Amino acid sequence: MSLLQKELSDVVMTPSGLRSKRLPVAVNLVIAVAAIVVAAALVLGLSIGGWPLVAVVAGILYLVGLFVAATRVEGRRSARNKIMQALIYAACILAVLPLASVVWTLISKGAGRLDGNFFGSSMNNIGARDPLGGAYHAIIGTLEQVGLATLMAVPLGVLGAIYLVEYGRGRFALTVRFFVDVMTGIPSIVAGLFILAFWVLIVSPWFNNGTPRFSGFAASLALTVLMLPTIVRSTEEMLRLVPGPLREGAYALGVPQWKTILKIVLPTALPGIVTGVMLAVARAAGETAPVLLVAGGAAAINFDPFAGNQSSLALFVYQQAGDASRYAPDRAWTAALTLVALVLILTIAAKLLARRNRLS
Amino acid sequence: MAKRIEASNVTSYYGSFKAIDGISMTVEPKTITALIGPSGCGKSTFLRSVNRMHEVLPGARIEGRLTIDDQNIYDADVDVTAVRRMIGMVFQRPNPFPTMSIYENVVAGLKLNGAKKKSVLDDACENSLRSANLWDEVKDRLGRPGAGLSGGQQQRLCIARTIAVEPQVVLMDEPCSALDPISTLAIEDLMFKLKDRFTIIIVTHNMQQAARVSDKTGFFSIDKTGDPGRLIEYDDTQKIFSNPTEKKTEDYITGRFG
Repeated sequence: MSLLQKELSDVVMTPSGLRSKRLPVAVNLVIAVAAIVVAAALVLGLSIGGWPLVAVVAGILYLVGLFVAATRVEGRRSARNKIMQALIYAACILAVLPLASVVWTLISKGAGRLDGNFFGSSMNNIGARDPLGGAYHAIIGTLEQVGLATLMAVPLGVLGAIYLVEYGRGRFALTVRFFVDVMTGIPSIVAGLFILAFWVLIVSPWFNNGTPRFSGFAASLALTVLMLPTIVRSTEEMLRLVPGPLREGAYALGVPQWKTILKIVLPTALPGIVTGVMLAVARAAGETAPVLLVAGGAAAINFDPFAGNQSSLALFVYQQAGDASRYAPDRAWTAALTLVALVLILTIAAKLLARRNRLS
Repeated sequence: MAKRIEASNVTSYYGSFKAIDGISMTVEPKTITALIGPSGCGKSTFLRSVNRMHEVLPGARIEGRLTIDDQNIYDADVDVTAVRRMIGMVFQRPNPFPTMSIYENVVAGLKLNGAKKKSVLDDACENSLRSANLWDEVKDRLGRPGAGLSGGQQQRLCIARTIAVEPQVVLMDEPCSALDPISTLAIEDLMFKLKDRFTIIIVTHNMQQAARVSDKTGFFSIDKTGDPGRLIEYDDTQKIFSNPTEKKTEDYITGRFG
């Protein structure tokens, strides 16, 4: 007997048989039902709480019951496995619950004003007693502002990430990366204030006979500031995932570096880059503060993002939710639903586009 | 079109670490030269120095002269991409471009260097795949992704991709180390076939392979870890494997070392 075997002799490494008993599913269900009944009787009978407490107590009772039953039938090790599994499922359900709740609330409360009038008219000349009025102007504002911001932030962000991954060496690249990290944490109101001070108050008077002017474009600039770090960081991570041998394979064919990046590295990383960009777009579409600060908000339709006040869906939600009119909350809910749907549609479209080029 | 390569006193560094020291050798056109030696002795570093792939890594640099038909590829006015087009390279692990089909992979070098005409690309694709002994296996699925082939097929695809740009020298860095014996045999057959057109230098850990395929063999070694690699002996393969001059070579080949 070797030394190792001696040391392990009191530990059973191999089971005596390959078959083991399993806890029947029916028993599992019985434990669950019993846990709920006991919890309800306990909590409601002693009137120490409501249904949420019943759920928590039932959960704990179920876990304890399952552990005891599984230990008796299957043994300790397999019982622990069962408990961990149950805990992971519980965590998953807890994580999804708020999301499902948000979607359900949005749909149930937002469906009320899902009509042609909401999508076809603005809030111009809509008084407090008027049940009509819509978010047409806000939808246009969101699309234009986020669209312009995406047009500015995506090339800048992707090129910046390419610099950091493919070219950046030394102190300058470190500095750039550091400031990108710092920018990630900028609150949106600060980005809005920056554009207000820089663009609206200093630059815009040059184009407007000396008078400062709000515009949707100013909002796009603020959103660009917010989107840039997200896009740079996510693109950087994706580019780093592209294996080095792919680049070397292209270099070895005599392909210049810029073409290698354009034709080999970027296409390989494209799906991930698109995901990062869509995260940034979703964040920008939901921003209220910068739009309020530099686009001013408006009740009427304004197609021109470069002149005059504009609204956006997020700002519309904010304003309607705080409005005294009894019809305003419905408009706010529907606008919120629209915003979520818009981002969802854009994300799905972008994913499909990114996948279309890939080989099956 | 195959060319003679002459290295004289080539020394390569990774940062401050000297990887190879004073390598001098001459590779005749249309021959296969095998480089053997223990891991970390600088075979791959030397190979990567021949087509200027060494300098891709940050901090890597090189001293000495490396000439292709009497032109030093490390002269200041030499275009790196032209050097690499003239001296192709096949890597240890097959690295087909994952976003491209088999067809696109083969013509990638041509297309990315500006070739556009479809008939030219089609011809190049078929010729290269035929030369790489892969045509019959893939001719019906040229539009399928290159990464979907088996390991051996992928490596032949990479060889086809390399010879599609019509280089004059082909460098192979352990091209069979990730392959099974049958795929290895296919690639060795291929090397004999390519010898008529190209000068080939191959790095290998497989001594039988070196003995089978090469005309000349170079043995690299290091004294101890951290020392730079040196070329111990460079001679006809026949001589290296039957009657080497250096004791070290004999020890390595007979398995008494490394």
